[in-house]
Amino acid sequence: MMTVMAAGRAVRRGLFGGVSAGRVGAVLGRNVGALRSGPAYWLVLLSGFFEPLLYLLSIGVGVGALVGAVPVGGRPVDYAVFVAPAMLAVSAMSGALAETTFNVFFKFKYARTYDAVLATPVRPVEIALGELTWALVRCLFYTLMFLVVMVVLGLTSAGGALAAFPATALVGLAFGAVGMAISTFLRGWQDFDLLTTGQFTLFLFSGTFSPVQDYPVVFEVIVTLTPLYHAVELVRGLAVGPAGWMLLVHAGYLVVMAVAGLWVASRRIGKLLLV
Amino acid sequence: MAEEPLIVARGLVKRFGEFTAVDGIDVSVERGEAFGFLGPNGAGKSSTMRMISCVSAPTAGELRILGMDPVRDGVAIRGRLGVCPQLDNLDTDLSVFENLTTYARYFGLSRAEARRRAGELLEFVQLADRAKGKVEPLSGGMKRRLTIARAMVNDPEIVLLDEPTTGLDPQARHLLWERLYQLKRRGVTLVLTTHYMDEAEQLCDRLVVMDGGRIVAEGSPRELIARYSTPEVVELRFAGGADAAVKLDGVGERVDPLPDRVLVYARDGDAAVAEVHRRGLAPSSVLVRRSTLEDVFLHLTGRTLVD
Repeated sequence: MMTVMAAGRAVRRGLFGGVSAGRVGAVLGRNVGALRSGPAYWLVLLSGFFEPLLYLLSIGVGVGALVGAVPVGGRPVDYAVFVAPAMLAVSAMSGALAETTFNVFFKFKYARTYDAVLATPVRPVEIALGELTWALVRCLFYTLMFLVVMVVLGLTSAGGALAAFPATALVGLAFGAVGMAISTFLRGWQDFDLLTTGQFTLFLFSGTFSPVQDYPVVFEVIVTLTPLYHAVELVRGLAVGPAGWMLLVHAGYLVVMAVAGLWVASRRIGKLLLV
Repeated sequence: MAEEPLIVARGLVKRFGEFTAVDGIDVSVERGEAFGFLGPNGAGKSSTMRMISCVSAPTAGELRILGMDPVRDGVAIRGRLGVCPQLDNLDTDLSVFENLTTYARYFGLSRAEARRRAGELLEFVQLADRAKGKVEPLSGGMKRRLTIARAMVNDPEIVLLDEPTTGLDPQARHLLWERLYQLKRRGVTLVLTTHYMDEAEQLCDRLVVMDGGRIVAEGSPRELIARYSTPEVVELRFAGGADAAVKLDGVGERVDPLPDRVLVYARDGDAAVAEVHRRGLAPSSVLVRRSTLEDVFLHLTGRTLVD
């Protein structure tokens, strides 16, 4: 516990030392301003919401009618109830990722937006925090709408939705931060194919459509090391149950992702642009 | 009491791996001055500017800006600088007006103050009628003026301009020079790089000529011309090519044969022309002109094309 607190202090001082909320807000405000630039961004925003929803309807509800019940924590639930929290976690992941990969990469490498920003008092970590906050806004916009759909379809209770909502924020922060770190390593648009493939693999095999216990043991172990698994388990545990101490492990995994991602992204932005 | 110079560099060095971009330069810029870095491409001007802008840490040597250390106090220094980079990096997702208000927010200005400044500055750079429009359709000169307005948004003490008029047409250049002159009259310290001699002569009180990462000359435009050139230059063209150059030996102070013409550096241009005729030479065209920084520049940095 002491080491965790010491690490926390080190992170605050090392990574967030001297961070100005006003400057982070200014980076965020730039994105709010860009929203007004035209309908293009809104279109991207909307399409991002529908993707997990369509999966929920086609596979969760459609295929679910063929599958029947699935055990969650020893209790049989409808297949759609099993899949819905996973799609909620996926929408949190992809909402945040889309922002910190495509958009950040474009601003970083092509629009040279950050070169201009770094000529002001704004620091790399403040850019990273501002962009991550914006990714969080997009993520929560998706997950809020998704939770409404889940409650309306009877796939979770209102209490479950309230419990899962903050967890989706953590999922967004974790994937948003790691995505931003990854964007600083991408060489060009061709690397996005790799990223998309990786993202899709996680989407299919993270206990999203079938319980990981059904996989061969080797695959089960591999899956339990990957990030979306922890996101799905955390969100499912809160939305459907059962709540147990393992949820802390899942949350801890995501916190580490968020902090490490932010740290790497800040370092890389500084290293590549302040030369 | 004399104020400390706004910018002081001593033995300033910037290396990128094996490559030395800036090789130990000494510079000092006083408040209110317009100071120029003149040099061919690759001379180290932009690297120097980036170090002064506090977006690039010096490899060695000493650099103090506004009495502070750019590495330790970067945030405080950048808050008092205005930077107009060589390549426009305006925000194409934002309108012309929002480019300024958003930038103002990075400096911590309130929303109301940001809007007030943006309005004033668009008037100043004559873009008020484009305030609501997008950035993309603006001409090169308009974009550069907007970038200069953006650099002014925090009311900076020093404005850094990296090749402010490169790629602009003559009208746009003259308008920009006039605006920069207005800034100077308001007491803003200007630091600029250029490879246009006329720009340096128009704008700079003092300048250094850089070549290969080093400073090869320093002074006011007038001093440099006096030191490294002659008051007048005679440009001679000969129908039969530049073979006549050998016969010009001893005319004026110095003779510089070019592929298409011969330059004669002389204290008195007309006397030199008289001497040319006295030697029985018949140039197809004769032009006597005042010596310019270009003559100094070419004399100091040579005629080899640098890319």
